[in-house]
Amino acid sequence: MPYRCTIQNFTYVFNSLKSLLAKASPYRSGDALAGICAVDYKERVAAQMALADVPLQTFLNEAVIPYEEDEVTRLIIDEHNAAAFEHINSFTVGELRDWLLSDNANMQTLTLIADALTPEMVAAVSKLMRNQDLILVAQKCEVVTQFRNTIGFKGRLSTRLQPNHPTDDAKGIAASMIDGLLNANGDAVIGINPATDNPATVQRLLHLIDEFIHQFNIPTQSCVLTHVTTTLQLIKQHAPVDLVFQSIGGTEKTNKSFGINLSMLQEAREAALSLQRGTVGNNHVMYFETGQGSALSANAHNGADQQTIEARAYAVAKKFKPFLVNSVVGFIGPEYLYDGKQIIRAALEDHFCGKLLGLPMGVDICYTNHAEADQDDMDNLLTLLGVAGCNFIMGIPGADDIMLNYQSTSFHDALYARKVLNKKPAPEFEAWLIQNGLTDKAGNLLPVNASHLLLKGMKE
Amino acid sequence: MIVKKEHITVHEWQSLKAFTAARIALGRTGVAIPLKEVLNFKMAHAFARDAVHTLLDEEKLIHDLQVFQLPVFNLQSKAIDRNEYLQRPDWGRILNEQSFIEIQQAKGNYDIAFVIADGLSATAINKHAVPILQLIIPQLQQQLKIAPLIIAQQARVGIGDEIGYLINTKLIVVLIGERPGLSSFDSMGAYITYAPTIGLTDESRNCISNIRPEGLTYDMAAQKMIYLIQQSLQLKLSGVELKDESSTDNIKHPESLNFQDAVE
Repeated sequence: MPYRCTIQNFTYVFNSLKSLLAKASPYRSGDALAGICAVDYKERVAAQMALADVPLQTFLNEAVIPYEEDEVTRLIIDEHNAAAFEHINSFTVGELRDWLLSDNANMQTLTLIADALTPEMVAAVSKLMRNQDLILVAQKCEVVTQFRNTIGFKGRLSTRLQPNHPTDDAKGIAASMIDGLLNANGDAVIGINPATDNPATVQRLLHLIDEFIHQFNIPTQSCVLTHVTTTLQLIKQHAPVDLVFQSIGGTEKTNKSFGINLSMLQEAREAALSLQRGTVGNNHVMYFETGQGSALSANAHNGADQQTIEARAYAVAKKFKPFLVNSVVGFIGPEYLYDGKQIIRAALEDHFCGKLLGLPMGVDICYTNHAEADQDDMDNLLTLLGVAGCNFIMGIPGADDIMLNYQSTSFHDALYARKVLNKKPAPEFEAWLIQNGLTDKAGNLLPVNASHLLLKGMKE
Repeated sequence: MIVKKEHITVHEWQSLKAFTAARIALGRTGVAIPLKEVLNFKMAHAFARDAVHTLLDEEKLIHDLQVFQLPVFNLQSKAIDRNEYLQRPDWGRILNEQSFIEIQQAKGNYDIAFVIADGLSATAINKHAVPILQLIIPQLQQQLKIAPLIIAQQARVGIGDEIGYLINTKLIVVLIGERPGLSSFDSMGAYITYAPTIGLTDESRNCISNIRPEGLTYDMAAQKMIYLIQQSLQLKLSGVELKDESSTDNIKHPESLNFQDAVE
């Protein structure tokens, strides 16, 4: 069905909901690369005006990617909560935007409609919102998950400690891990990207973190970010797996390019649940990573814009009740998100869309060296996401990942965000920091001397 | 108010630096990284940024390549500058019109061709391309028919597919500047593709990465390349089915790097 908008006697026509969404999307290089973005500023705003008038009901009747062709679409439609939708079924996309910003939308009502919204509705409304709108609405949401600690409370900001090493050297990883813990980082997860997918190496790294966590009784969880099939195989061999990692995308074809499908994720979740390794919670065992542009990069975007597809990936995540979801926003490179402005916009969209759908969203605030961005852009984004109530960010030594060769946020950056925004780490982790003399009750770092318990194992 | 100079807290775990090149034990002032370390980081980023925006030193490259006594072609992709190159990877994989016409003169029936492409670090190519070729070409010249040497600017790995197809070579080797990291702004990659033709993807190639004196040394890289070239020509294939048995490290792309490598 075509959508129209007439401006000064000129009628813009958009042939499908998919095309309307693409043309209404704020400019980014990936949509230009795909050849689907608006041709000029006027067409973009005309598309946004037309989109504002589309009833939410339309999204249930016109799929962006056909139901018959794509298991992600089937998941979205089949899981849609029709009863919850009755609260908002009279809204257009534009009315939804105005309602979200109103005082009627609060933590309770937003939780109530999380299952009434489809990813495409959420993507659509985000395209009509300014950055401050995305921040304000996201800040109203609270998504809390539990494993060995509790992540996501308002007033808290957690970090994934990312102690990567180019050769997976145990001591090299341990050194970065200790540095992070001494800097009050690592409450969301201690998560290693291994340099190799080799199962024996992954197993060795799992044991390394597990022994460390138990030796020092740290209320946190571990993850080695390898393919879900490798983790599943290691669970069967009784490896100490806390969280199961997988990169996911918003179309069946993207997921196929990652070597996965929905039933594989289901099997992995069930295997991890059976281990019962959580202490304060045992229902959240998955760690997913996503990022705008991954579908186009795999030539699996079906002509849809990258932000809409990203929101669809959150439907995949939601199905498996994740502990953490991380949009690795600037990692993909400038052909998808060209500069600091585009990276910042995309990150705020991802965080907003995820939160509105009920996901424990974190963001890897990052860029590569061929993107037009630097650490100042990351400072801006970090501050914005902190205000928006982002559940967690990365903590990497000096913001420089020496294995993946990109820049993210440092341990110090997390301390900055906590300080200026008056945030604390996860409550159980905060108590551990105080107990071990690393911070005082106000959250200030305390001096640590060379005889500290955490430093004892690393003498030679 | 008394201003003391003891505001920087030195981290007491400096000894951990022996175990990793990661930026650990940086110290702090308040919660901030001390300036010295901030500037060190900025300088590393400056090297990487400049490497991305450096141009190939055409004159020197053309001059230095004369030593091989082969014709040299200097070509350009459809991307006219860095700005276009960074946003249109598809244009970096095809020749512009003029280069397409020029390359017709190089048509032949070759065993092997070498493309020298700037990729994301012309600095890497300016430094390492000729020394590597000096270790390889003399060893092959006896037995193989080598195509003219081809310089390709604003180019990605895939440009070798079009060039290789147009000039008619069994095998093509693309030397290309890799995406700079903070600790490696001048890393070169070598991609080997058998029976190049338009539209091939990663799994049809073999890649040797991180070629630079501090990474994979010239000698080791040349050894690996010659091994793969010989095996590829003998088995008439390249890519996932051609294993690099010469190597001891089997490091693959990490799982979280699910996105295509930037130069490809």
